[in-house]
Amino acid sequence: MNKGWLVIRSRRSKVSFRLDRRAPAVILTLLLVTLTAMVISVGQGEYPIPPLDVLKTILGLEIDNPDYYFIVNTLRLPRTLVAYLVGVGLGISGTILQGITRNPLADPGIIGINAGASLAAVTLIVLLPSVPLFALPLSAFGGALVVALLIYLLAWDKGSSPLRLILVGVGLDAIATALITLMITFGEINSVSQALVWLAGSVYGRSWEHVVSLLPWLIVLVPLAFMMAKQLNTLNLGDDVARGLGSSVEWQRGLLLLTSVALAGASVATAGTIVFVGLIAPHLGRQLVGPTHEGLIPTAAMMGGMIVVLADLLGRMLFAPIELPCGVITAALGAPYFLYLLVRNRKR
Amino acid sequence: MRKSASPSVRGFIQPRSSPFIGLILGLLILILCLVASVAYGAADISFSTIYAALTSFDGSTEQLIIRTVRLPRSLIAMLVGAALAVAGAILQGLTRNPLADPSILGLQSGAALAVVVAVFLFGASSLNTYAGFAFLGTGVAAVLVYFFASLGRGGLTPLNLTIVGAAFTYLAGSLTTAILIVSQRTLDEIRFWLAGSVAGRDFTLFLQVLPYIVVGLVVAFALGRQITTLNLGEDVAKGLGQRTAWVKAIAALAVVLLVGSSVAVAGPIWFIGLVVPHIVRFFIGVDYRWVLPYAAIVGAILLLIADIGARLLIAPQELPVGVMTAIVGAPFFIYLARSKVTR
Repeated sequence: MNKGWLVIRSRRSKVSFRLDRRAPAVILTLLLVTLTAMVISVGQGEYPIPPLDVLKTILGLEIDNPDYYFIVNTLRLPRTLVAYLVGVGLGISGTILQGITRNPLADPGIIGINAGASLAAVTLIVLLPSVPLFALPLSAFGGALVVALLIYLLAWDKGSSPLRLILVGVGLDAIATALITLMITFGEINSVSQALVWLAGSVYGRSWEHVVSLLPWLIVLVPLAFMMAKQLNTLNLGDDVARGLGSSVEWQRGLLLLTSVALAGASVATAGTIVFVGLIAPHLGRQLVGPTHEGLIPTAAMMGGMIVVLADLLGRMLFAPIELPCGVITAALGAPYFLYLLVRNRKR
Repeated sequence: MRKSASPSVRGFIQPRSSPFIGLILGLLILILCLVASVAYGAADISFSTIYAALTSFDGSTEQLIIRTVRLPRSLIAMLVGAALAVAGAILQGLTRNPLADPSILGLQSGAALAVVVAVFLFGASSLNTYAGFAFLGTGVAAVLVYFFASLGRGGLTPLNLTIVGAAFTYLAGSLTTAILIVSQRTLDEIRFWLAGSVAGRDFTLFLQVLPYIVVGLVVAFALGRQITTLNLGEDVAKGLGQRTAWVKAIAALAVVLLVGSSVAVAGPIWFIGLVVPHIVRFFIGVDYRWVLPYAAIVGAILLLIADIGARLLIAPQELPVGVMTAIVGAPFFIYLARSKVTR
């Protein structure tokens, strides 16, 4: 093995990290690409704004056209920020999920966590249209949590098995989806239409309010995920090895699952079900920085953010002026990628 | 339990001696369910009126309700239940996979996508065009899911089939959603259909899908022996001189006919194809010559009951029957995943 490692140790505390040497450069590159895409995205629309003016407006510099302030700061910037944050959440959520199920094909969407979150949120939209925004992440988290707990309980048979976790998840997904259908069939047509757009996974019309209600979740959960990276590495070796190394497997898996669920729930609550980001981001991340989670988690986070920002941009450009929700784009690109992974994976 | 069974039920429980009696018994139950399904509803209608409506039609409102609303709906529920159950049985036999089901494999999502595309692009509104596109969608979905699942690690394992089916369902579902967002006209025309329901279908619809489903069923029944052999494993079947590729192709054709037409007339209805074959095999074993006809009857009974339940539960409103079957069927799927799938 001639892989380069970057080891970060602190003398005072017991914290130490062992990163793949490629990680910092990769993360920086992803960040640059994402920022560029965000600037283009903010400039894009019915009222195009040149990239330089976008930058100036965001930085608060002098510009000629006073309309730009409103368009950029009020309408477009929060939207693209939401896209980014949601992508970060989903990317990390998927990474954790793949880590604990030891299945490279796990995704919060496929095992019903997104559907649970959606069900709770759609119920709220359809039954109580006047509900305040901050209630959505909470209810979505609740829905995701219920599904996750059910998955865990139902898949339990003298310990939790990764295979059963996934199959049980698919079953629960069907129930949640059926209940969502029920809401859509009986709801009043306008709130149903709104719920549908939301369900498809869209950052349309997202405002600073959304940014503010999503941010606290990420501020708490992202560092938490990062701190548990080492446990994920251990779990990845298999339950028996992990136990042998002194891990309390079930506790750690439970806590990690909770983190993953909370991240997915908060993201779904803000932008609906953007599928396959949680699947793709960790994969591309792994190809770039290898499988150790200290480097993988931030890389997958950046990758997820980039994917959603790009998907949103693409969704608006493809059939302009009609806007496709970014969730449709990620599904259309993600499903084939998923199948590719499935095929490639058989050789292992 | 066996000892306490009454003589009339024994036909079900000791099948190998007389599976035929069970079949006749099933038909009787089916007829009972059919009568119940026609009799239950918003308007209270007596059995004598139902009988009269069928034998000596006099044009009264009640008889009209029976002939134009209740009867077609019940007949369609029966047909769809039978079609999906047989399709599920074939899929499970063919893939030797306890979790196979048209809805889990994404066949119905594929059919639904094709129909939505047809409504959106060509303004399709007749059931015949619905059916054509539904066949197309089912076929494409079947080929894709089967192909990719067999490429996964370990071949057509329950995990691979389920997970590819789920991915395909997501893809088709999100494309469907995309269309519904772009066009509210399509949404309004099709949202109730998308939930899976047999309400408001008339007699012409029944007659339109009848030939497809009958052909599908007949082809399926004719394949009973071959599917039994295939269920022993492909190598065994080949060893016994079966041309497995042909059998699979024809069986797939039957599945496409059955699923496509049932989706076209009733929308996606979940899990009937998963649950019924398990119930049937529990009673009469794995001889598909018997499994398939039994599945048809039990599927019809089950969907009739589910439809009655959908009407009664929140009367005077009613639930889409597809939602009912999903809520009842999914726990069964989870139970199977727990008990039948081991690595």
